[in-house]
Amino acid sequence: MKAKVHVMLKNGVLDPQGEAIRHALGALGFDGVNGVRQGKVIELDLADGTTEAQIADMCDRLLANTVIESYRIDIA
Amino acid sequence: MKAAVIVFPGSNCDRDMADALRAVGADVRMVWHKDADIGDVDLVAVPGGFSFGDYLRCGAIAANSPVCAALKAHVDRGGYALGVCNGFQVLTETGLLPGALMRNAGLTFVCKTTPLRVATTDSVFTEAYDADEIISLPVAHHDGNYFADADTLRALVDTDRVAFTYGANFNGSQNDIAGILSENRRVLGMMPHPERAVDAATGNTAGVSLFRGLVRQLADA
Repeated sequence: MKAKVHVMLKNGVLDPQGEAIRHALGALGFDGVNGVRQGKVIELDLADGTTEAQIADMCDRLLANTVIESYRIDIA
Repeated sequence: MKAAVIVFPGSNCDRDMADALRAVGADVRMVWHKDADIGDVDLVAVPGGFSFGDYLRCGAIAANSPVCAALKAHVDRGGYALGVCNGFQVLTETGLLPGALMRNAGLTFVCKTTPLRVATTDSVFTEAYDADEIISLPVAHHDGNYFADADTLRALVDTDRVAFTYGANFNGSQNDIAGILSENRRVLGMMPHPERAVDAATGNTAGVSLFRGLVRQLADA
């Protein structure tokens, strides 16, 4: 089975990289880009039967730093 | 005083740290990241560098290495620990210090000597400085932008656990924080490099007091 973990900075945590991307889009002439948040996607190839709770444990202990990041798990 | 310096793949300030500790008389051993036993030491130093290439997040892979389980046990026993730069990132990733170190607000790697205020002298690391003393230390990092939630920040300030603040905030750190102490004041994490300011040949010896104070205090302990 495969799962995707989306890791994003939490709302309220300033994302300087997202801001830089927003500025660059504006410089390219793309108007109306009101906000950009940058995160990461981690693809996991897992043994069948791995539970969402186990994946959440992976996120809590390694894949995300929950002080600043939130995550969402998509199981394919 | 007996000290251990942890070496991760990608550490690059480990020997500077060992030299700084030896220069003030510490008995130093180097400990490889796969060692689950740090030995009987007073202080564990987590050096700067780019452990595991900063993959995933700075310090995240290192924080889950065998030696960090031993580091946590050392701290739980009341042992002392010093994390500098990547070492500070490792200490936050292990949960031994609160908060996190994010990408610098200006997005650039900053390498320069910068003024710092000694924000508390109530620790073995900072007692050799004067309260509110302004010193200069080198910084060299891309991810030193200290973040913690409002409650954590308030607790750090209320319990006098901010060790150093930047004279000029160049990386976006909340409250200008450059270094913080653990609740028991025995763990210090800081982004600036005191171990790079201990030899007159480099033109700056502002870091010596930190190591000298540490050895004096721990030798008596």
